[in-house]
Amino acid sequence: MKDQSFFKRARNNPSFLCGASLVGLIILAAALSSVWTPYPPAAIDIPHKLLAPSPAHWLGTDQLGHDVASQLLAGARVSILVGVIAVGIGVVFGVALGLVAASAKGLVEDAIMRLSDFAFAFPALLLAIMLTAIFGPGVVNAIIAIGIFNVPVFAKVTRAAANGVLAREYILAARAAGKGPVAIALEHVLPNIASTLIVQATIQFAIAVLAEVALSYLGLGAQPPVVSWGRMLSEAQRLMFQAPRLAVFPGLAVILAVLGLNLLGDGLRDLLDPRLRARR
Amino acid sequence: MLIEVDALNIDLPTPAGPLRIVREATFALDFGGTLGVVGESGSGKTMTALALMGLLPEGAKVSGVLRFEGYDLATLDEERWRGLRGNRLAMIFQEPMTALNPLHSIGRQIAEPMVLHRGLGWSAALAEATSLLQRVGLPDPARRARSFPHELSGGQRQRAMIAMALSCAPRLVIADEPTTALDVTVQAQILDLLARLREETGMALILVSHDLAVIAQNCERVIVMYGGMVMESGPTCDVLERPAHPYTRALIAARPQLGAERGARLRTIPGVAPPAGQAPKGCAFAGRCPLTVEACAAAMPPALPVGRDRLARCIRLDEAERVL
Repeated sequence: MKDQSFFKRARNNPSFLCGASLVGLIILAAALSSVWTPYPPAAIDIPHKLLAPSPAHWLGTDQLGHDVASQLLAGARVSILVGVIAVGIGVVFGVALGLVAASAKGLVEDAIMRLSDFAFAFPALLLAIMLTAIFGPGVVNAIIAIGIFNVPVFAKVTRAAANGVLAREYILAARAAGKGPVAIALEHVLPNIASTLIVQATIQFAIAVLAEVALSYLGLGAQPPVVSWGRMLSEAQRLMFQAPRLAVFPGLAVILAVLGLNLLGDGLRDLLDPRLRARR
Repeated sequence: MLIEVDALNIDLPTPAGPLRIVREATFALDFGGTLGVVGESGSGKTMTALALMGLLPEGAKVSGVLRFEGYDLATLDEERWRGLRGNRLAMIFQEPMTALNPLHSIGRQIAEPMVLHRGLGWSAALAEATSLLQRVGLPDPARRARSFPHELSGGQRQRAMIAMALSCAPRLVIADEPTTALDVTVQAQILDLLARLREETGMALILVSHDLAVIAQNCERVIVMYGGMVMESGPTCDVLERPAHPYTRALIAARPQLGAERGARLRTIPGVAPPAGQAPKGCAFAGRCPLTVEACAAAMPPALPVGRDRLARCIRLDEAERVL
C-alpha cells in the first residue's frame, strides 16, 4: 500500500521522472558495456583515427582510433563503480559514526564531530590529490579518496537527523519499554532517517562522479587502458580545435549523469518528505 | 508499599547551572493502589513520573529515597533499569500520535517488550499482542496488529499504547496525561478501560493529569504539585472536598463550572506560576497566595498532618481554614 502510493506520486513528479530515466540510462549503459560494446573500448586502430561519426563508428573515433561510443559506454561503468563504492564507504562508516555520536552524546559526540570538522577543513579535491599522490594514481585509490571525503558528510547528516528522531516521544516510549541504546539506534532511529540518507546519497553520488572525472582529467584517477570520461576529456583537450566533438561527447555524458542524479535527489526529497507522506 | 518516595529532589542541568525542578517530594503508593498527580504545566509532575521510570533527561541529578518493590531505584545501574522498564514498570504517554514509531506495525510494537523481557519468540509474542489488542477493546485485532500507527485513530492508538504497557503484566503503570490529546467521549472510554484493566490485573496506577475531574473519578489518593513541590497529599475525596492548602483551594475554585451563568467570569489565580526551577527559596506559591507572609518565602514549609492520612505544606493552614 505504501509502495503503491509512492509510485502514484512518483508519476506526477517530473524531476524524479527525468532524474530516474537519466540515471537508469547510465546504469543501463554501464551494464551493457560489461557484456558488449561496438568495438573493444581500448583497441587502438591508427588507420581509422579521427573519423567523423558514421554508421560504422556512431560517434567517430579519436586520435588513436578508439571508438568514442564504446569508450563512453565503458566510461559509464567506471563512473557508476566509483559512485557506488565511494558512497558506500561514506554510508557505512559515516552513518555508523553519526549514530554513535547521536546515541552516546557528551564527549564521544564532541570528539566525532570535531574530527569530522577537521576532515571537512580540507577541500575534497585537495584531499583526493594528496591521497593519490601518496598511494599512487588509479581508480581504486581515487575511490578510496572520494569515499573518505564522504565519511564526515554522512556522519554529520546522520547525527543531525538522528538527534531529531531521538527527541521524539516514541524513542522515550521505546526506552520505557526497556530497550537499550543499540536496539533503539538500529530499529527506531535508522529506519526513520533512511529517507534523509537516501537523498544525501544521491547527491553525494553526483559529487563522486564529478570528483572521479576531475581526478582522471588530472591524471590521478583512471590510468590507461582503463577508460573513464575524465581521461577522455583530458586527451581530447589537445585536439580541442581539430576535433571538438571528442570533448563534447564525454562532457555531455558527465553533464547528463550529474544532472540526472541531482534531479533524482530532488525528486526523492519531495517524495520521501514525511510532511507530504502524512497527507496521503 | 509498592512505591515509596521520600524527599525527592530533581536537578536538571542548564547552561546557567543545575535547576531544581522537584523539591522534597514525598509520597507513597500501595500495591494495586491508584495515585493521582495533579498540577499545572511546569509543576514537576511529569519529571516526577519520569524519575520513577529512570528516564530523566541526560545529566539530571536525583537525590532522596526512591523505592519500588523494595529496590532502591536511585542506585540502580542502567542494565537493571532496562530489566524493570516495560516489565515491572510501564508508562503510557500523552500523545498517542507521537509515542508510537510510525514505521513499525502496531503488533510488532506491542510484541517487542514480551520478546525483550519474557523471552517469547516473535510469533508467540505477536499472537499474544493480538489477544492484548482484543483485551483493550480494539475491533478486528488481527488486522489492527498489522496496521501502522497512521491508520488508527487517536483513541485506537492510545488503546494500542495501553496494550503495549500491559504486555508484561507490570506491577505499576504510570499514565502521563493519557487522555489530554483525546476527545472527551474517547477520554471516558480510555479511563474506563484503565480502571477495568487495573481491576483485572491488580496493577497499581499513577495517573498524571492537570484535570481534577479525571483524578477525582479514577484515583483513591492524590498529590497536588505546584512549582516542584507536593503541596498537599491525601485521599482524593477528602482533598477535593475539603482542601486544606491555599493552592489546592485556588485550583479547585478555578475550575470552570457546568451550569454557571453565561458570561460569568472564571475564577483565576492572580499572578503567574514561577518558571520551572525558579520558585522562591521557601514556598513556591508565596507571592501568588493571598495569605503570603514574610516567613512563607524564607524557608520550605514543613509537611504538616491535616486530618487522617493527609499532609499539607503550608505554615498558614489555620488562616486558610478561617479566611478562604
